[in-house]
Amino acid sequence: MNVDFIIPALLTIITASTPLVFAAIGEIVVEKSGVLNLGIEGMMIVGAIGAFAVAVTTGDPTLAILAGALSGMALAFIFGFLTLFLLSNQVATGLALTLFGIGFSALLGQNFVGKVFSGLPKLNIPGLSDLPGIGPLIFGQDVLVYLSVASAVLVTWFLSRTRWGLALRAVGENHNAAHSIGFSVTMIRLAAVLFGGAMAGLGGAYLSLAHTPLWVENMTAGRGWIALALVVFASWRPWRAFFGAYLFGGITIIQLHAQGFGVDVPSQILSMLPYLATIIVLVLISRDDTRARLNAPACLGRSFHASG
Amino acid sequence: MLIRLEPRGEASRAMVYQSPLIAVVLTLLASMVMFWVLGTNPLQAIHAFFIEPISTLDGLAELLVKATPLVLIGIGLSLGFQANIWNIGAEGQLTLGAIFGGVLALAFFDVDTPFLLPAMLIAGIIGGMAWAAIPAFLKTRYNTNEILTSLMLTYVGLLLLSYLIHGPLRDPDGFNFPESRLFHDAAVLPIIFEGTRLHIGWLIALFVAVLAWILIVKHIIGFQIRVIGMAPAAASFAGFKEKRLVWLTLLMSGGAAGLAGVIEVAGPIGQIVPVVSPGYGFTAIIVAFLGRLHPIGVVLAGLLMALTYLGGDSAQITMNLPNAVTGVFQGMLLFFLLASDVLISYRIKFGSARTRESTA
Repeated sequence: MNVDFIIPALLTIITASTPLVFAAIGEIVVEKSGVLNLGIEGMMIVGAIGAFAVAVTTGDPTLAILAGALSGMALAFIFGFLTLFLLSNQVATGLALTLFGIGFSALLGQNFVGKVFSGLPKLNIPGLSDLPGIGPLIFGQDVLVYLSVASAVLVTWFLSRTRWGLALRAVGENHNAAHSIGFSVTMIRLAAVLFGGAMAGLGGAYLSLAHTPLWVENMTAGRGWIALALVVFASWRPWRAFFGAYLFGGITIIQLHAQGFGVDVPSQILSMLPYLATIIVLVLISRDDTRARLNAPACLGRSFHASG
Repeated sequence: MLIRLEPRGEASRAMVYQSPLIAVVLTLLASMVMFWVLGTNPLQAIHAFFIEPISTLDGLAELLVKATPLVLIGIGLSLGFQANIWNIGAEGQLTLGAIFGGVLALAFFDVDTPFLLPAMLIAGIIGGMAWAAIPAFLKTRYNTNEILTSLMLTYVGLLLLSYLIHGPLRDPDGFNFPESRLFHDAAVLPIIFEGTRLHIGWLIALFVAVLAWILIVKHIIGFQIRVIGMAPAAASFAGFKEKRLVWLTLLMSGGAAGLAGVIEVAGPIGQIVPVVSPGYGFTAIIVAFLGRLHPIGVVLAGLLMALTYLGGDSAQITMNLPNAVTGVFQGMLLFFLLASDVLISYRIKFGSARTRESTA
């Protein structure tokens, strides 16, 4: 192993991890407010086509990123409206969101199959970005990669240090108590759901703008579900989700580079690795029943109606 | 607030059955708006989508062919959903059923025996059960969430099929196409209506629906499934073995999905191909909810969902509408259903709660 191999490998890990970071950290905020949104996959895929469509049409990366976030948010609003105002079952509604998102994105994407986008521009600081090794790694990424790191910092700070972060956690732990001291449970949860949607949309946008800058039906390939598993893995802590995502990025790299090492395993078997790893991680983390329950928000998945 | 929800004292039985009808009407209206936005005549599109496909005998037969896997899987899933056990990996279990049954058909390619077909069906059930047994084991032994494990296994199952069909199962004389050999006659389901593709699988699906109805309505297991879903605490006081029900519901739903898989390869397809199902395992989730988790409802919902597949194809051919409309339509239907379901336990009241309190 030498530097020539390590640097491209690390770059691939960053690319593979960034969508998971966005989606998982967004879902942590949602679940901390007591809402279980299983529709991440749907919000991601709609974010991916929303961003790609705007990127191809306008050529403006900033608009494209915004479109990705807004598309995810729009889908999240449907989920929020159904579960928070019409008190529908969160598990079923989340599944519906994913099924709808996959169909809807395929419909929107019809005219964008085969189109090309040049990809997101990378940061270029003369001198720093040219440093051998760490230059491209730390100073040569695109804006979404930096944003994903920033979101981990900001969400950690928001949840643990701000008044509204406390309110959000209170709503997730005991919605009746939070309601009785005057917090609007529904509105706080709606805000969390919309934030989660925007983050999933950004994860999707990263896929179609930077990871593989083109549109393919079903291109999220289960990443939304892996992000859900990461939330459990991280015990609802943003930084653990961040590192968990990078762990998964590391698994993807094995898949891409195994053939380079001369390992003769069919590509389909290697592609199973992230999914199998998710199962193994889930088993390891949920084996200890009491610990898993201690960390989960107490009102997770339960509907709230002011009548009690 | 002008509109608010007031809890009903008791869940409305009537609304349980009216809500799917409301949802279908709302979906039709919403899809007309969607067709209008897409720039097509809404009435013409609705006609192409829902009337044209079943206006011929052939079309009706095709409807039953498509409904067969949906009903089978929907029946299985509704058992688990009643007990709050969320198997959403039916697509993977279907794939494994297709692999198990299909491998048997290819292994006994030269053998002409009436036992081959029943053996394939059993192999398919075993394949689906085996795949569902993994989430069942992980949930009962390690407390692992079955939603995520069953879904992850779907991706693994699809990749396994892709590997097999590009490797060991590929037709040796098939010019490297990723397809198996065409099954021998002894491995293909008999046609029950001459001149169409309608095969015996539809009767099997109806038979399974009857079995499920007996189980749910007449058998103690069905009673336990319902109690554990509605009142988990009561179920544990009554001494129901929760782990046993997790195993049972997952194995039954996995077996049903596996059966659907082998019926697809031994019926309309007639060989193993890289894509055995256009997402029947996921659509069946909608079928189960729309059918109110009840066997009769699931059969009706399966027929409606089968129509959306036919409608998507028909609208693509006659009106040049994208095939993806099917997925959008199915998703919308589930949204509207979940929204209408609020009326089961709540009624809508107009006027503000606050003004009423102040006048009282």
